[in-house]
Amino acid sequence: MAAIPFSREDRKALVDPLIINNPIGVQVLGICSALAVTTRMDKALVMGIGVTLVTALANLAVSLVRNYTPGSIRIIVQLSIIASLVIVFDQILKATLYELSLELSVFVGLIITNCIVMGRAEGYAMQNPPLRSFWDGIGNGLGYALVLMLVALARELLGAGKIFGFTVLPLVTDGGWYVPNGLMLLAPSALFVIGLLIWALRVWKPQLQEKD
Amino acid sequence: MSKRESTRYTLLFATAVCVVCALLVSVAAVTLQPRQAASARLYMEKNVLLAAGLLEPGANVTAADVNRIFDERIKVRLVDLATGELVPPDRMDARSYDQRKARGDPTMSRVAPANNAGIGRLPNYAVAYFIMKGDQVDQIVIAVEGLGMWGTIYGFLALDRDGNTVRGLTYYDQKETPGLGGEIGNPKWQALWHGRKGFDDQWNARITVIKGQAGTPEADPLRVDGLSGATVTSNAITRLMQFWLSDKGYGKFLKRFREGKVT
Amino acid sequence: MEHFANLAIRSIFLENMALAFFLGMCSFLACSKKVETAIGLGAAVVFVQVLTVPLNNLLLHYLLAEGALAWVSPALATVNLSFLSFILFIGTIAAATQIVEMAVDRYAPKLYTTLGVFLPLIAVNCVILGGSLFMQERDYSFAESVVFGVGSGFGWFIAIVAMAAIREKMTYSHVPDGLKGLGITFITAGLMSLAFMVFSGIQL
Repeated sequence: MAAIPFSREDRKALVDPLIINNPIGVQVLGICSALAVTTRMDKALVMGIGVTLVTALANLAVSLVRNYTPGSIRIIVQLSIIASLVIVFDQILKATLYELSLELSVFVGLIITNCIVMGRAEGYAMQNPPLRSFWDGIGNGLGYALVLMLVALARELLGAGKIFGFTVLPLVTDGGWYVPNGLMLLAPSALFVIGLLIWALRVWKPQLQEKD
Repeated sequence: MSKRESTRYTLLFATAVCVVCALLVSVAAVTLQPRQAASARLYMEKNVLLAAGLLEPGANVTAADVNRIFDERIKVRLVDLATGELVPPDRMDARSYDQRKARGDPTMSRVAPANNAGIGRLPNYAVAYFIMKGDQVDQIVIAVEGLGMWGTIYGFLALDRDGNTVRGLTYYDQKETPGLGGEIGNPKWQALWHGRKGFDDQWNARITVIKGQAGTPEADPLRVDGLSGATVTSNAITRLMQFWLSDKGYGKFLKRFREGKVT
Repeated sequence: MEHFANLAIRSIFLENMALAFFLGMCSFLACSKKVETAIGLGAAVVFVQVLTVPLNNLLLHYLLAEGALAWVSPALATVNLSFLSFILFIGTIAAATQIVEMAVDRYAPKLYTTLGVFLPLIAVNCVILGGSLFMQERDYSFAESVVFGVGSGFGWFIAIVAMAAIREKMTYSHVPDGLKGLGITFITAGLMSLAFMVFSGIQL
């Protein structure tokens, strides 16, 4: 068999979390780090990649041993696997992108408690075959990264006039015309942007609205 | 099913998971450690260059570039803080010296004299970078540190050949509040120090970060603009700068340098 | 003494775990529909935080940090196990959460049923692990860890109870359909967070 099997369920696992079952916008998971690292797009991208890799690999590992894991210790087994993967990611980051790791500091470790990773491991990988769990992990990670990048885009562009560090709106202090919106660099703006994103998402997909 | 839930199996499984995870983590940590140490050192040396103005803020450099500049223009030496004399290069290699590690090692450090900068221990030897222009010393870069509001602040101060005028500085490792005290890492604020003087006419270390705006470096050489909303951090900077310029820090060495006694 | 008072005020108000660092958001958003539930969860979080941050501080200094093992044998003085800190912290947090869960089940069974799955989820609550990680990054002493544990936990408690109070009042407002529930909660949290920024002007 030359190609990796990719059934309709696999595709659903990969694509659903991008929009209709987005971890941040719909499942309300993974909010903490989403808010704090979105001041710049490069930080958001690195976090997004980290969470995607960890979720996918953790899902794969948990699913591989799911038929052998005793029920009484399953949570701590999942936590051990997740924590180990995060430590490895943190070590790699410190060795390659040192200055970025200084800025991301605490939040890399917090990938361990990122509800997305735990939530998918317990809620999906324990009941599904390994390869499909892997795709689910990738899908959720990418859905998370998508929201992160959108929020970071709004905050970096409106707050500093830059995208990925490249000046798009020249700042007044550098001789341009754009007076940066200082609110966007502060923490609360992330909450506003996500709130508005959720509003937009629920207007687009009315089935997601909460009924009283 | 019952086999999976038995105590013996649970313990075996838990042990197996522990062993696999521990192996994975340890292998990663051990193999990556040299690269991490190299990254940390590169970052620190980049900041020496930034302080000396040999690098523009935001410029991208590789380790090779940094090494080249060090080889061409910089002489790294160690200063014996107690006497102010240079340590002969054959006693200890200056370039690979880890001042932070020495500070924590009881055989290479001592208790600091009483001070208000929160400095507990002093390394016996401190690093000094001589920036050369041809055969002459153009600048000296010294390492400074002290307790800020939330943690130790580490920086480099570049002094002109007269051992007094500030040519540049960086604060590259600090835990101050981003946007407030954290602005000590902002190159725009650091640029305000250029041309100021560390010492007054009687050679007392008097440079101070004040509340509000200071005058131009020519008119007001001993004072630097404060950071609004960051009084504690600003005071911490004043204290640590004065400590390292005084005799408790590099003062004795700088005096010998001014008198031409340093080779 | 003044140093500890500074640290306490900073960790409760200026660097509020929920409204400045956005930690513990999942349960912050999910358990803030009623004030009673919020008080219960907030108290549990404070308790776990006060237990774990100082304990992790001791473990870090006597077991993991470089040279920490010197008290066992001088030969181990160069060993640096700090890369294991994540796993060790999670271990103590999971254990502390288990203890709190059993205590709540025994002494406040009604609260136990109301909180449901969110009580064991304290183990993965970002506030708890975040508290320990901040303690490690800022190199706190044992006494500072205790103060920081109390302060950061209490700050989160204040935030979630305030949010619950606001949400209870908002049931009488006309919120657009797309914003109902989650959307308006985010915006409210954003406004609360803006309000808390008022404290950053305080110089202690």
